[in-house]
Amino acid sequence: MTFSSGALTWEERVTFTLRSLYAQYGYQPYTMSKFEEYDLYVRNKDFLISDGVITFTDTTGQLMALKPDVTLSIIKNTRDEGSSVRKLYYNENVYRVSKSSGSFRELMQVGLECIGGIGRADVAEVLWLAASSLYAIRPEFVLDVSHLGLIGAVLGAVPPGAEKSLLECIGQKNPHGIADAAREFGVTPETVRDLQTLASLAGPPREVLPVLRSMAERYCAVRDLDELETALSVFDGTPLAEGIRVDASVLDDMKYYNGIVFKGFLRGVPGSVLSGGQYDRLMKRMHRESGAVGFAVYLDELERLEVTAEEEPAPAADVLLLRDPDADPSSLMSAMERLVREGLSVRAASAADPKVPAKRTARLTDDGEVVFLD
Amino acid sequence: MTELLNIALPKGRLGEKVYDLFEKAGFPCPSIRENSRKLIFENPEAGVRYFWVKPSDVAIYVERGAADVGVAGRDILLEYRPELYELCDLGIGKCRMAVAAPAGFRDDPRKTLRVATKFTRIAREYYASLGRDIELIHLNGSIEIAPILGLSDVIVDIVETGTTLKENNLEVIETVLPISARLIANRSSYKFRSAEIGRIVRAIAGGAE
Repeated sequence: MTFSSGALTWEERVTFTLRSLYAQYGYQPYTMSKFEEYDLYVRNKDFLISDGVITFTDTTGQLMALKPDVTLSIIKNTRDEGSSVRKLYYNENVYRVSKSSGSFRELMQVGLECIGGIGRADVAEVLWLAASSLYAIRPEFVLDVSHLGLIGAVLGAVPPGAEKSLLECIGQKNPHGIADAAREFGVTPETVRDLQTLASLAGPPREVLPVLRSMAERYCAVRDLDELETALSVFDGTPLAEGIRVDASVLDDMKYYNGIVFKGFLRGVPGSVLSGGQYDRLMKRMHRESGAVGFAVYLDELERLEVTAEEEPAPAADVLLLRDPDADPSSLMSAMERLVREGLSVRAASAADPKVPAKRTARLTDDGEVVFLD
Repeated sequence: MTELLNIALPKGRLGEKVYDLFEKAGFPCPSIRENSRKLIFENPEAGVRYFWVKPSDVAIYVERGAADVGVAGRDILLEYRPELYELCDLGIGKCRMAVAAPAGFRDDPRKTLRVATKFTRIAREYYASLGRDIELIHLNGSIEIAPILGLSDVIVDIVETGTTLKENNLEVIETVLPISARLIANRSSYKFRSAEIGRIVRAIAGGAE
């Protein structure tokens, strides 16, 4: 089978690029059912990005749902297998409520999961592939990386009940909000300063890690910082290093995530296009002994990327072949076949249409010949 | 050519005060002071493009990346919960979100409290935190007349001086939260234009303290 890459939509090209990338690193394709039991999502409601789930009753009377998420399905269908690690990638449609319109949308999600007896090499590999995914889509990217262990350690010093407000403020880089919440809950001034530093600190690892290290020493989180530093060391001296930032305001729900978490951004897209991290806690909630790390790329967000010259939509065909509506069908098909055999795409019509431009224009003569007009 | 930094300003008096802050921070655009109906103003030399939008829309412009930074009230941020960074409390546009009721009103806990407001999320969360059962009535304006006409028992609204309440025979019975203007930034812009946005934050936060 042969096909022209020009026939692919932008979304398809990104999907194939990412699938090829993950396959190159030994990840296996994973396909799953379009439906899951609704119960799976109810039990892990907070893990979902949006609240709404499309449900229906199947022929056995069971309440089913169209997948709003892929990770939960993969975990559900994966068994603990000792120290071995399963490396999987997927591209699947998911169904979520759009925040702006409030209605359901079908979205394409591409991602990978590394599940089993994972170690720091697996975490670093997934981080590398996250950065490579962004770079493959557009070289102007930022991958913000953080470690929830360090944030958890600092939050361990605040009175019970204050964590929720403080986490929200850290995620918003909101120093005055931290100060307000700290006043309400009686957090010490030193911890307030550290929380504000966590919220605002962002930059290349070489600049940010030393600041975080002194904090990690004070809050007994040196091991967490070592993990972060080790994972980030894979980027040293590589073209990807320029896009890597340490940003402690990157948070994910600590009921599910632990360890390293990250979010990816592309210039020209207003929100994050990639999100991932270690989710051993979700595995535990789903009664799995092993750990896991993974990420997803949200292709719907990529629609917003500005179209550059090289990405402009290709003409509908190489040749527009003008012919009479009543032209001899055999002559027409024979002429079109000749052009196609020459490697050209051809569109037959009785008149030019500016909405479907072609590179060249030709006319089919009464003798069945093709005469180029330009 | 350097890409201009897009700044969404809330129309009105607050917006003018906010522009003064930006100008002092080193991002001037003199044409904005000209009396015209234009909504967009550029100063390529300073690398900025300002635009006036409805105060409640600033957060939408910023969240969706049409503006890199902007200024919005805390009320709007808490009501709509946009995904953006809230970088600095500007300490201007100070007021409060409050519950107001006709003078002499006494809440009867045996009845569902009828609450009229533009800010349904804030009102719902506030009463949920008190464990009070309410019926929310969403209105888009002239909230003050709802209790007078028997549409609601109380209102939840922004109170600046309290004059409008007083003129409608209403009084504040509880403060829900204090409000002031916040400097907000789009999350992606913050990554790719960190130098300029950082400069604004340092200059403005320094002035606000």
